[in-house]
Amino acid sequence: MKRLWRFFPALPALMLSGCTVDLLQPAGPIGEGNRDMMVLEWAVMMCVVLPVIIATLVFAWKYRASNAKAEYLRNWSHSNKIEVFIWGVPILIILVLSGFNYWSTHYYDPYKPISKEMQVKVGAPNAKPLHVEVISLDWKWLFIYPDLGIATINELDVPTKTPLDFRITSDSVMTSFFIPQLGSQIYSMAGMETQLHLMASRPGNFQGEAAQYTGPGFSDMRFRTIAMPQEQFDAWVQNVRSGGNPLVVKEALDAQTYQKYHVPPAAPHDAAPKPAPVVYFSSVQAGLFENVVAKYNVGMTHDHHGKDMDEKAMDMHSESHAAAPSNTGM
Amino acid sequence: MLGKLTLSAIPYDVPILVGTFIGVAVIGIAVLAAVTYFKKWGYLWREWLTTVDHKKLAIMYVVLGLVMLVRGFADALMMRTQLALAYAGNPGYLPPHHYDQVFSAHGTIMIFFMAMVMMQALFNFVVPLQIGARDVAFPLINSISFYMTLVSAILINISLFIGEFSNVGWLGYPPISELQFNPGVGVDYYIWSVQISGIGTLLTGMNFLTTIIKLRAPGMKWMHIPVFTWTAFFACIMILTTFPVLTVSMALLALDRYVGMHFFTNDGGGSVMLYLNLIWSWGHPEVYILILPAFGVFSEIAATFSGKPLFGYATMVIATGIITFLGSIVWVHHFFTMGSGADVNTFFGIMTMFIAVPTGVKIFNWLFTMYKGRVRFEGPMHWIVGFMITFSIGGMTGVMMAMPAADWVIHNSLFLVAHFHNVIIGGVFFGYVAGLSYWFPKAFGFKMRDVWGKWAFRFWFVGFYLSFIPLYAVGLEGMTRRMNHYDNPNWHPWLLVACVGVFVLAAGVACQVIQFVFAAFDAVNRKPDAHDLTGDSWGSGRTLEWSIPSPVPHYNFARLPVIRGLDTFHIEKELGRPAPVADLEPIHMPKYSAVGPVLGACGLVIGFALVWHIWWAVIVGLVVAFFTVIHRSANLDVDFYVTVEEIRADEEAFAKRLAAARAAE
Ligand code: HEM
Ligand SMILES: [Cu+2]
Ligand SMILES: [Cu+2]
Repeated sequence: MKRLWRFFPALPALMLSGCTVDLLQPAGPIGEGNRDMMVLEWAVMMCVVLPVIIATLVFAWKYRASNAKAEYLRNWSHSNKIEVFIWGVPILIILVLSGFNYWSTHYYDPYKPISKEMQVKVGAPNAKPLHVEVISLDWKWLFIYPDLGIATINELDVPTKTPLDFRITSDSVMTSFFIPQLGSQIYSMAGMETQLHLMASRPGNFQGEAAQYTGPGFSDMRFRTIAMPQEQFDAWVQNVRSGGNPLVVKEALDAQTYQKYHVPPAAPHDAAPKPAPVVYFSSVQAGLFENVVAKYNVGMTHDHHGKDMDEKAMDMHSESHAAAPSNTGM
Repeated sequence: MLGKLTLSAIPYDVPILVGTFIGVAVIGIAVLAAVTYFKKWGYLWREWLTTVDHKKLAIMYVVLGLVMLVRGFADALMMRTQLALAYAGNPGYLPPHHYDQVFSAHGTIMIFFMAMVMMQALFNFVVPLQIGARDVAFPLINSISFYMTLVSAILINISLFIGEFSNVGWLGYPPISELQFNPGVGVDYYIWSVQISGIGTLLTGMNFLTTIIKLRAPGMKWMHIPVFTWTAFFACIMILTTFPVLTVSMALLALDRYVGMHFFTNDGGGSVMLYLNLIWSWGHPEVYILILPAFGVFSEIAATFSGKPLFGYATMVIATGIITFLGSIVWVHHFFTMGSGADVNTFFGIMTMFIAVPTGVKIFNWLFTMYKGRVRFEGPMHWIVGFMITFSIGGMTGVMMAMPAADWVIHNSLFLVAHFHNVIIGGVFFGYVAGLSYWFPKAFGFKMRDVWGKWAFRFWFVGFYLSFIPLYAVGLEGMTRRMNHYDNPNWHPWLLVACVGVFVLAAGVACQVIQFVFAAFDAVNRKPDAHDLTGDSWGSGRTLEWSIPSPVPHYNFARLPVIRGLDTFHIEKELGRPAPVADLEPIHMPKYSAVGPVLGACGLVIGFALVWHIWWAVIVGLVVAFFTVIHRSANLDVDFYVTVEEIRADEEAFAKRLAAARAAE
């Protein structure tokens, strides 16, 4: 036992070695923005928090009752100078942070397409966005690539340095679509479409998760996000389309096949439901995503964005407050 | 006949629950047997259960709150040990079906039945004494409030042994809390226990707001009100403005579940976003309802133990008011990730950040209260130093989450869980515990043993950091809350540390239990020098409650005090107490009443019957409650006068004790 203690000092180092702190080591411009804001705020706040903590300890020590040498002002309870200081400093700090708040909330707005600036920064200014439609199910994620005509379950393959335009909905309870290393998350809600724009600036295999509790299968409702260079991605798409990959399900993902995957696995009382395996679909029926959204809106077709969301529609979205496409009148 | 209730609702196949049940049953039977053996039923009923005395209600609230703390803490222990084990293929010992109920019960119990209960205990005990009142504005309603809280706490604990509890978290987010996804009775237990206790809290809010406005002693102007009472005042305003929203949210969810409406369902035009807005426009103010009174406690303690007036009294009051206002318009920060437009997110983000201003001001005020003081580090003062350090850190991470661009990645993560425990343990909990030991001698006439209080503090302080700093770390490593098992090797070491932390916290809880056991022991065999003879238990009290004997006579003040400014008692100690001008007069007091317990019993029956769809019992409960209220309204024999002889005898005894104390000096 005693020998074990010798390793104790090494413990923090052990913990840090080879470990990814997802939010501090992001792999895309949005994640970097999230991190920068977090670190910036931490640094600014530390400027007051640290002095307050130190002052607390110093005052507590210095003015302890047994220290008769310290000055004692038994009726002192007001000072205009101090009042100005204690209101002024926090107001100044918060004003500064508010500026950053306004800027970053707009600049990194999840509804805003990846900016030219970010694209230039990763060195691929002309990459066309990849559209991905995300449907959260019990307890798995379905990713449809409408432009490529393929789909996957619990694995999201994307090219690097390409803007990713996600349209997100749920065909079950509400949850949140989140890839920590790529950045911002957005809720998925049945009958509604939400949007998210991310980009991977380097290849990698990132964890993806449901960040809002969804029931017994919640803990395993995870997916890998595999970012790879464009050529490799193209090869992967070919491979899925041609059915060359062992994970590929030959049948097309149409309304009927979809039903099979829509049913939640059994959730016994004494164990977690089995995690859903990764599946690739070599073809997908067009309009599946729209139908899933429309299902909850009394069958009305939901939005008119279609696949080629134009800039105007986008703007409308980021201006309007709610996540709801809300043209169905409910 | 019994609605949905059948024998299969009893989980006799779950060893943990059976064990717990046996434990609870043994303790319960032992208590009942003891009461019977010592023939204390009559005493209990006459002196306690039917009481309308705010001080006795406060004590009952404290007992309830402490029991619920132990229950909530047991849940926390289970969660932490589960996550220390459930790594890399090991399922742990709590499958999701149980684990999910555990975190839901933990959150619900800690907020509604620990924190809110302790808060009401403090309101009850302190507010009337600080403003020189002989009771609250509506004493009977006060008792009803208590019983509504008590029976909903009982209801939530019944769910352990009959049926199941909600598995969807302390806020019951739809659509997963809807019938479609949650056909069991768990969510119904949640709805009705929250609903019934919510009524109790609403009544408390109304009662104390009226009390503070109408029953202040003659001469007590607004700016003479002690800070704790000010914080209670603002908390009551928020209770009145927001608890009705909670009631409505729960009612709409119940309508969805019971009669198939579609307020929050996926289809039929329901909207989860509506629920999120409703529940958080209650939920955010709720956390300020909890923290403001804790701020009040710290203000009283800082002044008393620093031997100085509170620095910046007026600032403190204004800051509390600003927090009340801002706290009511920031709820959207709980769902920056819902897809609101950037302008909406910015507005709510900036408003949230601005709450840091009045809060920061308060911290500085306590700091400058210690500054150039003579700070005595007795038990209560330990908690405040721990609070100022811990709360500053929690405030910092709170401001971090107020920036939408940062919140988009830490929302719903364990970083968030660490943040809110940081403010809720370091702020609310430390504050209430400090308040408990600070006013304990006022209630019982002797102090709790400080050693155990100090050890409790040390364990809680260290245990807090051990349990929750790791959660910040795993949050940054992308771990979301409410997970039941995981296979990420980066998270594992942190969760092991957190598990060690929870056992350190357990030591803290144990010290507190020991402290109370000793207190009970001292109540019977205490040494004479442990008595609080003067009523000024800490020797440096400033507010009215320290001017009267401890324990406080049931009518509180023999003569209504004459207010001479802020901190009247302190002024009197400095300038000498004026000789009483008027002679003693009989005091008009309310009689004790069985209406509270009867309505409470009705509430329990109605709640349980609603959960299980036993409609006849719901009707019986309602009818009995209705006639109880009618009967009470027709009853004119509800008050009495305390005789001058009794008051004079008390006064003379108090004078003797004061003289003895002076002689001993
Ligand atoms: C005594 C030490 C405590 C420990 C060790 C503890 C631990 C925990 C843990 C492990 C969770 C679940 C985190 C997760 O989602 O994975 C949790 C959730 C929560 N805790 Fe605590 N807790 C403590 C005290 C408190 C107190 C004093 C309060 C409030 C007064 C509180 C309120 C909550 C709430 C509201 C939740 C959220 C429940 C939900 O997910 O719906 N906790 N706590
Ligand atoms: Cu839309
Ligand atoms: Cu909030």
